Amino acid sequence: MSQLMLTYSLLVAQVLLGLAIGCGALRIFLGPRAQDRVLGFDTLSVNAMLLLLTVGIRTGEALYFEAALAMALFGFVGTVALAKFLLRGEVIE
Amino acid sequence: MNGIEHLPPWAAVLTAVFLLTGAAVTLIGSLGLLRLGTFYERVHAPTLGTTLGTVFIAAASMVCFSVLESRAVLHEILIVVLGAVTTPIALTVLVGAARFRDTAERAQLGEPVGRALPHAAPGDASAGKAD
Repeated sequence: MSQLMLTYSLLVAQVLLGLAIGCGALRIFLGPRAQDRVLGFDTLSVNAMLLLLTVGIRTGEALYFEAALAMALFGFVGTVALAKFLLRGEVIE
Repeated sequence: MNGIEHLPPWAAVLTAVFLLTGAAVTLIGSLGLLRLGTFYERVHAPTLGTTLGTVFIAAASMVCFSVLESRAVLHEILIVVLGAVTTPIALTVLVGAARFRDTAERAQLGEPVGRALPHAAPGDASAGKAD
């Protein structure tokens, strides 16, 4: 009974996180200016990281945790690099 | 090794509650990103939503793997700390860049540079909210 509930709530959580990724992607497509697109990219990467954690719980493998950690790091680096590009026109001065 | 059917009921319920709460909070934050009017309003929603969502989903993962392996599996704290430290830094840099671009654009158009935030003046407080 509780296992069935966990299975269904995993499914629902994955659908909700997929919708959240869709919101980020829509903001990337719509975003009137470049900073909106960067904000959408940041949200999208964090949501994809959370989706990976959920998949890790579902399959019971610890491998997905490391992928999620790498994804969080690269999302941060990418957002800061894009923001720096918007500020100066080049990333490394 | 596919172990969620070996979870005891209390752990399964706790994991499910944490998962659903985290996913719902994250979705609310992302909806705020989609629906709010101006850029400076949009920045707030995903930061709060995704940080709290990360905390809840990492807690679900910790409960699940700790009970499955019957030892304390706490390395999800790394993701929580990483998210809590990096999200404010990244979005502060982004807002700084956006303010710089707005100010430069205003200066180019010959408008007064004094108000950098588009909704700072009381006159156009409702101008940015389209819907």
